[in-house]
Amino acid sequence: MKAINTMKLQFEGRSVNESFSRVAVAAFAAQLDPTMDELADIKTAVSEAVTNCIVHAYRQRIGIIYISAGIYPDNRIVIKIKDRGCGIADVKKAMEPLYTTAPQEERAGLGFAVMQSLMDRVKVLSKEGKGTTVILERRLMGKEA
Amino acid sequence: MGVQIDLADKLCIARIIGDIDHHSAKEMREEIDNAVTRSGAKELELDFREVTFMDSSGIGLVMGRYKLMQETGGKLHLVNIAGHLKKVMMLAGLDRLAILDKPERPARTANEEGGKQHESDQHDETAV
Repeated sequence: MKAINTMKLQFEGRSVNESFSRVAVAAFAAQLDPTMDELADIKTAVSEAVTNCIVHAYRQRIGIIYISAGIYPDNRIVIKIKDRGCGIADVKKAMEPLYTTAPQEERAGLGFAVMQSLMDRVKVLSKEGKGTTVILERRLMGKEA
Repeated sequence: MGVQIDLADKLCIARIIGDIDHHSAKEMREEIDNAVTRSGAKELELDFREVTFMDSSGIGLVMGRYKLMQETGGKLHLVNIAGHLKKVMMLAGLDRLAILDKPERPARTANEEGGKQHESDQHDETAV
């Protein structure tokens, strides 16, 4: 299926940009006429993915985060969040609830669990030393539902 | 954005304002921990009425404060958890850790525009 609308965003992986990125994606999703709950779900999932880039992928440095999103005719939004950071050695393990490599920063280890529960699909592609791409997919019922 | 602290006896009320994410959580937890440690409060109430967004950083914030209160034999209450925040918290099982309930006192600041439009079903009364 071909996207009926797409957007691309790139920004520095500074924590202050976490709110910028989730609000920007929510603004793009707004054309699907989502409910407040659906918008909150999207913002939360994006926030988790972007935070992962900042906390884990780039750690002590500022790297670039790339977001692209597409809207499909069946009211689906697909959001890709990509970094060129350290990559994840064991994606399966990283996705386990409560698993975190940053407990000292009070990271709960629930980022992927939150994404999975709020989105219809979460796909993670990662290569050590190359980076990670998280693909979030959600069909919005919108206000008519 | 930030935290407003109210201290009374052994009770510390922390009203969190704005978005809770990885960026804002650090400062919030420092402010809350300072207030609790300084005052020696035995009860900590986190008020989420004015929280506009929360991701799993909020879960970390609550879990960390839960540990802090446990260490001192104190209690943690979470109040005014609106729909979306509740969803994220339930997902993490926070309803089992802390007491999610209504504020026991009327809101302290009358000058705020009447607590926005929070519905009554957003006040969860599940106690542990």
